[in-house]
Parts: sequence; structure tokens; C-alpha cells
Amino acid sequence: MNRLAGLARDPKIVIGSAITLLVVLLGVLGPLLAPHGEFDIVGRPFTHEGSFLGTDYLGQDVLSRVLYGGRSILLMSILATALGMVVGVTYGVLAAYAGGWVDELLMRTNDVLLAFPQILVALLVLSAVRQPSWWVIVLFVGLAHAPRVARVARGVALTYVRRDFVAAAQAVGEKRWRIVATELGPNLVVPLLAEAGLRLTYSIGLIAGIGFLGFAADPGAADWGQMTNENRLGLLVQPWGVLAPVLVIALFTIGTNLIADALGSHAAQGDS
Amino acid sequence: MSTAASHAATPAPSPEPDRRDTAQGRSAGRAWTRWILKRLGLAVLTLWVVSLIVFVATSALGDPVRAILGKDFAVSPERVAQIRAAMHLDESLPQRYWIWLSGLLRGDLGTSIANGVPVSELIGAKVANSAFLVLVVTLIMVPLSLGLAILAARHRGGPIDNAIQVVTLALAGVPEFVTGILLVSLLSTSVFHILPAVTVLPAGAMVWQRPLGLILPVATLVIAVVPYLARILRSTLVETMDSDYVELARLKGIPERLVLRRHALPNTLVPTVQVSALQLAWLVGGVVLVEYLFNFPGIGAALVDAVRNGDFPVVQALAMVIAAVYIVVNLVADALSILLTPRARTEMVA
Amino acid sequence: MRGLEVGLVGRDVDVIDGVDLTIRPGEIVGLVGESGSGKTTAGTALLGYARAGAAIVGGELDVAGHELRELSPTQVRNIRGVDVAYVPQDPSSALNPSIRVGRQLRELLDLHDIGTPEERDRRIREILPEVGLPGTDEFLARYPHQMSGGQVQRVALAMVFLPRPQVLVLDEPTTGLDVTTQGRVLATLAELCERFSVAALYVTHDLAVVASIADRVAVMYAGRVIEQGVTRDVFSSPSHPYTRALLAAIPHLHRAFALKGIPGSTPAPGRRPSGCRFHDRCRFVAEECTTIDPPPVDLGNGHEARCLRIAELPPWDPDDRVVADTAPDRVREPLLSVSDLEVSYGRSTVVRDVSLDLARSEIVALVGESGSGKTTISRCVGGLHGDWRGRISLDGVELAPTARARTVEQRKRIQYVFQNPYQSLNPRRTIEQILLRPLALFGVARGRQARDRAAALLESVQLGPGVLSMRAGGLSGGERQRVAIARALAAEPDLLVCDEITSALDVSIQASIIDLLEGIKRERGISMLFVTHDLALARSVADRMLVLQHGRLVETGLTAQILDHPQGPYTQELISHTPQLAAAFSDGG
Repeated sequence: MNRLAGLARDPKIVIGSAITLLVVLLGVLGPLLAPHGEFDIVGRPFTHEGSFLGTDYLGQDVLSRVLYGGRSILLMSILATALGMVVGVTYGVLAAYAGGWVDELLMRTNDVLLAFPQILVALLVLSAVRQPSWWVIVLFVGLAHAPRVARVARGVALTYVRRDFVAAAQAVGEKRWRIVATELGPNLVVPLLAEAGLRLTYSIGLIAGIGFLGFAADPGAADWGQMTNENRLGLLVQPWGVLAPVLVIALFTIGTNLIADALGSHAAQGDS
Repeated sequence: MSTAASHAATPAPSPEPDRRDTAQGRSAGRAWTRWILKRLGLAVLTLWVVSLIVFVATSALGDPVRAILGKDFAVSPERVAQIRAAMHLDESLPQRYWIWLSGLLRGDLGTSIANGVPVSELIGAKVANSAFLVLVVTLIMVPLSLGLAILAARHRGGPIDNAIQVVTLALAGVPEFVTGILLVSLLSTSVFHILPAVTVLPAGAMVWQRPLGLILPVATLVIAVVPYLARILRSTLVETMDSDYVELARLKGIPERLVLRRHALPNTLVPTVQVSALQLAWLVGGVVLVEYLFNFPGIGAALVDAVRNGDFPVVQALAMVIAAVYIVVNLVADALSILLTPRARTEMVA
Repeated sequence: MRGLEVGLVGRDVDVIDGVDLTIRPGEIVGLVGESGSGKTTAGTALLGYARAGAAIVGGELDVAGHELRELSPTQVRNIRGVDVAYVPQDPSSALNPSIRVGRQLRELLDLHDIGTPEERDRRIREILPEVGLPGTDEFLARYPHQMSGGQVQRVALAMVFLPRPQVLVLDEPTTGLDVTTQGRVLATLAELCERFSVAALYVTHDLAVVASIADRVAVMYAGRVIEQGVTRDVFSSPSHPYTRALLAAIPHLHRAFALKGIPGSTPAPGRRPSGCRFHDRCRFVAEECTTIDPPPVDLGNGHEARCLRIAELPPWDPDDRVVADTAPDRVREPLLSVSDLEVSYGRSTVVRDVSLDLARSEIVALVGESGSGKTTISRCVGGLHGDWRGRISLDGVELAPTARARTVEQRKRIQYVFQNPYQSLNPRRTIEQILLRPLALFGVARGRQARDRAAALLESVQLGPGVLSMRAGGLSGGERQRVAIARALAAEPDLLVCDEITSALDVSIQASIIDLLEGIKRERGISMLFVTHDLALARSVADRMLVLQHGRLVETGLTAQILDHPQGPYTQELISHTPQLAAAFSDGG
């Protein structure tokens, strides 16, 4: 109980959650607040016509597109993070708990996968699938996280696998899955939440980056990543077309990273 | 004082096993050779698996001919047949892999589909440009991070430390292209017009001949890697400063300056090497978005172009280069870590 | 150095206050206390040093002719190491792992420009043989990890004596060392202190060590010195109830004592009671103890104690808690038998040809130094280590190697209690969850009945039912170990395997755990395999004992028989190196 209370009082958690929540609300409720439609042409391209953020490369309203452009990217980031966490944690905890040659084999395989920077994984898939659907992006961003999550999860699990309380559970004949679920599980929650926060930060960076490179799932649709690419040419005359989505992304990553960092330091303290 | 004082007079016949390893020069050399051979073997194995994955991802998943010809695919079957033959596409997948791999081993990276130039010729200069960029970033990253970490650790809990912590924490998660765009809009467009927003090179010139164009890409990458590195180094340093041996050094009356330099810093070298390697490995991928943003003539921008054009020989070659750099960086970091840790160094010989 | 009064503050809270100590040249003063007593803080204060978060706020520190409190930080630093030196608690972590030993030894001499470079080198080579180490180039070029624990501690001693300090602070310098190594290090230390006329403060929790090395002793409790005097006086006529309680908690090699713990726990700084700080745990507490802070009472010969009721205390009789040793003709009904046990880790064999048996309602102590294989044997019996050869049988039925391969009934009958209660209880689970699990797993009780049973189990280990809803992370070490014992008892076992279960605990807590085990054995007839490195503890606990050396059994028999008349040379050596309380006075010092 007091662990949760301690977390709620940490300023990093408070500020981080506030920022994150703000951006998420912007993404979810944005379409309801937008003064114009997602594809409405409200003026000439790259001018200050339209609402106060001006118009984009087609003359669409930048503010409206920022308000429309959060849902897809936020949802994809969250799904990709969840996928990467599930696959990575399963893999890593399995390796740690199995130990011996199984661990060795799993981790060597993991090392090979780690040799691919995440952006390279994305580009390799994009070279084969030119026009990815949104779930393809979720799939490969998530899978690109998995080996990195696996390494962290294994490390965290290892510190507990060797504790005597696991030996004690084995000595009374507790089933293996039960040991993982009831003895290891509760100890892994906070450190893995910290990792999830970090992964969410990277997910949005990566997915926005894919949009920035011009490989978005739905060309033309409002999307924070894609908008930076569309409006790059107008950076000199109408910077808000690029700056507005970029600032929202920056804000979101700062928020999630604050939460991840606070959770991480709490996990480190709880260990002693 | 009844405890058998007689034991003290003569050097105690140590009942504890003497853990000294008889490190002879020759056996040390042999141990290192064995270690390096083992790690090189492992690296080659990893690289081979990497090549499989790269090949499968680029060749098996999509149809390159369709990608090259686009709309022409349906209307000119003879062009299709011509390209298929040139790219050995009628062979079986394993055979194509073998043709590619054996070429790779001979140093033949294949021919670009987009303009028919040998890939090695196409990417040679770009590899050099990117390597230079990464080198410059690394040369700034390590001392800057270490300096920030020392500054923060020396003023632990004070305003300087807090400021460094807040700024690095805020910057640590921001995507590199976001930082880059913000820098561009701040320094080369709306606010100040100081630096070039894109790197424009005359034909044949290398990036180091236009240093002004390097500033923004370098700054962006530095801001992307330094915060994380500085934070990790600060916490390692703080942990070391709390260790028993640092406390003993203080109790021995050693001035704080020397405590830091002689007792604390040497023990943070290994984490510095390890985390720097991690950041360096990230940089090799991280250049992609930054180079694209600044039109920097390096492998990142080339990779994006190749992916867009379906120029898969170039994609394969660049993917192999990036993976190889990752593997080499890790190998070097592990070797350095062993060299810098007396315990690992002496035990390897044993 | 004369007269020392120190007050410390960490966050407005006194860590120690009003501590007076005098140490004369050539004298060793033992500063004794349990964890939380402030003994280490008092020790480092002599060097004008306080850990991060604390500060020296009052009193006088007259050390080797310097008034430390009036000096600048730089001046204090120049005195440290040269005039007053410190020997750390755990030298294996206190020597810098990345600096060669030779350079670490030279560091202070170089810093203070003592002698010429050649003289420094000569001094280092001269002092090493005195602490029993070779002064060779090869040795000086070693890193700390290339030496054994005893050698590291000797290097720390050499380092401290090199600049010829006048005052020495030793902070539990032999913790973690085996008794034989400890014996040798202590002897070296005593000799060096005498030769260099050093005034030494020996900080420790181990009264037996103090008895064997210190000229005078000061006992600390909750930030105060509550009794001090000549070692023999303090130990033969302890006058403060706390000193007495502490002495009553200490086992003896040659007499089986019923050990008595001290109820409650040492109050943390900031939570200390008013009046006499021991009054809430004192057997002799009176009304005035809760309000009046007792002044020191002079008992002659420099012996003084801070207690209001000294005159009313009954005379001290060290032998009133002696109990009978196990009779040799006791009928033994075998429960567990181990034959030809052999265990290897990789290429090295750690246990060979070990055979032993254990009877019902019997406690057998498995004794040996670190690396003797005692814990390995207990883990094999408990089914925690699966890779062994030989035969372990319970009531004549052979057991499978791992717990998982044994029957539920066999797993239920043998329960294991681990050494470190900080690791053996899952910090994220409540005590109720921890206790209900074995009850359900072994079908002992379910539902409401199980919860009642859990409360009853806690009561049998002297913990209240309020503990049920707490998480293991919120309990003290002693409380955790009680919960671990309750968890083992929940299965209603026939055999309890206890692996060094008191080694992480303070002596007074250790005594109460031992007291608890005695009661369990008496009431439930449970047998125990009691692994320990402490010979004296075995005397108080065990009916029979087995002595292990390098994985072999070297001596087996009744505890009293072995300790009073050891046959093997190894057992004799172990006994001679075991520090004893009585050594300071009854053996004639």
C-alpha cells in the first residue's frame, strides 16, 4: 500500500502523468474540439489563414489536423508497446527461470536480434512491404522492442530467481508456473512497468519517425509523424505545420519518460 | 590477550587457499588469443544469421521487380523477364542467397537496381561521411557526458545536480528527429538564421570539407545520446562515491579531489565504456532519421532512398554494414571492459 | 587522547549523544553494542567524520593532542590516517578493487611526503612480514581480489600502521572471517598495538572477541555508553541490566547455557524513549526509570554504569542459566540417515563420504568453517540441490535428489529454514499469504480454519496476529526469521533443516530464536539439522554435533564430549581459536 502512496507523491510521477494524460486527452478528444474537418481546405497552402496555427501544404488547417492526428499514432504506440512487452517479458523471464543451456541459447539468439537497430528493422520491413497497414507497423515496432525488453526482463528476473524465497517455494513442491506467477511476478511489476514506460517513449518516436520518413500507413490522413514530413518544405514560411506536431510528440515523450524514470528509481529502492 | 599470540610472530601458514593466479606472459597471450578467437567466431556466426534475416526480409517478402517497374510491371513482360534474369530471380531462394552471400564474401556487394552502379561504389563515400559524423559525435559525447556526470556527482543534491538531472531527464526520451526539427527551426529558420538547414555538397566533396553543415546534425545526435549516457554515468559515479573503499579513502584523509580522481573514476571506466558502446551502436541506426532530415549524404539517407526505390541490393548492403558495426562495437567494448577490470583481466588468464 | 564527548545529528535526530570515552596509549578499548546502538558512528567520530546525512554537532574530540572540533576540514584531513587511523569493517569491499595493493599501501606516505621514496618502499616491505604477509614485488603487484579474506584484512592492518598513528579505530575488522583466521588477525593486531603504543578503539558486536582482546570495554545502547570499565570487571560483575541481558544471550563453549533473548528491539534514532533508554525492555524497570535519565554511577576502578537501580539488582551469577548436556545413554530412534554423500560443483568435490544420522526429537549441529560443505549437505537433505551421489533416507525410505521428485508427504516432513531472512521471504507478499500457502499445499487446513492456524503459528513464534496483514518487507530481521520458522512449522514437519539461521541477526535476537527452537523441539518433538559456524552456539542448541573440514566429517559425537574433549587436531584448533568470554578472567588473561 505505502509503495503506491510513495509513487503517487513523487513529483516526477505527478508531472509525468499530467503531461501524458494531457497529450492522450488531446489525441482522444481532439476530433471533437477541432474547428475544421481533417481534410477540409481552409485557405491557400502555408499561410496564416485558417485557425491560429495556419495552413499546411494543401491548405488544410494545421490545428485541426494536430487534433485529429493523435488517435492513430497513440493507439499504435500503445499496442506496439504492449506487444513488445508481452513477447519480450515472456522470453526473458523464461530464459532466466530455465537457466543453464536454455538460457544460453535464448540469449545468444537474442544477441543476434539485437544487432538490428530498431529503425533498421522498420526499414527492412518497409523495403518489402511498401504500403504497410497500421497493424504491420504495430507488429514490427512491437517485435523490434521484444529483444531489448527480453534482455531487461531477464536481468530483473535473474536477481529474484536466485533468491531463497524461490528455493523455498521449490522445496515445498510449488508448481513452476505458480512460482513464476506468485513469487516472481509481484517483484517484477514495478521494474517492468518502468521498462514499459520507456518502450512507450521509444514506440511513439519510432512510429512518428516512420511517418516522418514518408512511410505512414494512411498517406494523406492526419498523423503527427506524417505531418512533419508533409510540411517540411514549408518550414521556412510556415513553421507551425511542422512545429505543432513535433512539440506534441516531444511533450508526450517527456511525460512518459518521467514516469518511466520514477518507476525505475522506485524499483531500485524497493529492492534494498 | 589470551588468543595464541604465538601465531603472529611467524608469517601465518595461510590456511586459506592462496587465490593468486600465476599469470605468466605467455599464458596471458594465449588466453587472450583464445578469447578473441571465440568472440570472433561468435561474431561471424551472428553476422551469418544476420545475413539470413536480411536476405529473407528483403528478397522473400516482396517482389522487387514489381517494386522497380511500378506501373510498367503489367504492360511490359519482356522488361520483367530481363530484370528477373539479371537478378537471378528465376533461381531458387537458397541459390539466390548463395549467389548473394558468396558475392558478399568476395567483397562484391551487387549492383544497384536504381542506376546500375556497383553498390560498393555507390555507398563508399556515404559510409565515410556517416562514419565521420558518428566519430565526431562520439568524440563530443564521451567527455561531455563524463563531465556532466562528474559535475552532478560532486554537487550531489545541490542546484547544479538538480538542473542537470531535470534537463537530461527531459531530453532523454525525445526522438532525435524531433530534436533536429526544433534545432532547425530555432537556428536556421524562423528565430535565428545562422546555420544551414540542410547539408549541400558539391559533387565529389566530403562532409568534412563543409564543417558548417555538420553542426546541426552533430548537435542533434549529441542531444540524443548525451542525456542518457550522462544520467547512467552520474548514478554509477554516485554509487561508487558511496562505496566502502571511497569512504575508507576519505577516512584516510585523502583530499576529495584525489578521492574522485584516483579512487572513484577508475571504477566507473567500465560502465562508461559499456554504455558508450550502447549509445554508439544506437547512433549507427540513429543517423537514419537525422541524415534524412538534414539531407546529409550518408548511409542513413541512402538507406531511406534505397527503401523507397526498392533498390534491395543497396538495402541489403547497408543493413549488413550497420549490423556489422554493432557487432564490432560490442566486441571492442567487451575487450576494453576486461582490460579495464583487474578482476576480469587476471581471472581470464587463470 | 583524553576526554571525548560527541553528539551527532542526522535530520534533527540524535544518533549518539553524550558519549564519554578515554583511551590511553597502548590500550585497547572495546566498544560493544548491537546494531542501531551507534557504535560505528562513535568510532568514525574519532576521525572527525560522519556519514552523509549526519554531522558532529557537539562535544569535544581531543585526539592525539588535537581538538578536532576546532580544526578546519583540511586540518582534520591531514590528521586522518597519520595521527588517527581507521580499519574498516569489510576490507574486501574497502580496498579499492582497481588499484594494486602496493600503490594503496603507499598512497598515504606519498600524500604526506613521509620519508624519501626509497624509505617508503622499505617501510612497506618491512611492515608486511610483521602482519604475516610477504613483502615481495609479486605480492605488492596484486589486486585485492587476488588475496584471501584474511590476507586482505592483514593488508588493511599494514596500511593503517604504516604512518605510525597514535590512535586507531577498528570497526568490526574480523566480521566475515573464519574463526581460525580471526584468531590470527586478532593476535597480530594486539601485538602491533602494544609495540607501537597505539590507543585503539575496537568497535564490535561480539562480546567474546572483546573479552579476548580489550583492556577495557564500553557497552553502548541506543546512542549511549551505558556501562564501561576494565574488561574483567564488566564481564565478571556486569551492573547494567542491558549488559547482563547481553551476556545472558551469549553461548559458551564449555557450558550449555539456556540462552535468553531481550524482548523488543533496539529503538532507532528518533524513536528512543525518555528517561533510561532501556526501560521499555528492562526486567528491573521501576517508575522513575521512565522519566529520569540515569547519571553514571561509579563502581570503583573506573567501572561505571548508567542505571538508577544498581543497588537493588540481584548479584550476577553467570551460571544460573546452565542446563544439563544431553545424557550419553539417551535412547535414539533414527529418523534421517545420510550415507556416502558426495557432491561436486563442476570439477571440484565439495562434500565427500559424509554419513550421518539423526534421531527423533534430536538436534544435530553441523559445524565447520566457510567452504566446509555444511550448507551443501543441508541443501541436499532439503532437496534444494539435486546433483549428488549417495543415499539419504527418511524413516528408512530413500529420498529422491530434488524436492520436486519427492512425494508430497516427504516434502511436508522435511522443512528448510534459510540463513538470510531478508532473502527467504518474498518482500511483496503478506505474511498471511506466506503462511497460508504451505497449509493449503500440504492439506493441513483451509479457509477460516487456515487463518486461525496461521495466527496460532505466529503466536508460537511469539508474534502477534497483527503481523498477518503486513508484508515481509516491513518486518525486522528477527521478525522475518520468526515468520520463516512459522512457515516451516505450518507444514507440521518431522525435521527442520536450519541453515545458519541466526548468523544474520544480533546476539540478543539470536538468543531468542534459539530459545524458540528449544521450545519447538520440547513441545512438538521435531528433529533439527542445525548448520552453524559457531561452536559455542552448538553447545547451547545441539544434542550431538558433526565437525566438517573441506567436505569431510572429521569428528562426530555428543556436543559436550566433542567440545570438552576434542580428539581430532582440527577440532582442537577450532576450539582454541574460538574467542571466549571467560578467557579474559577465568583463564587468567
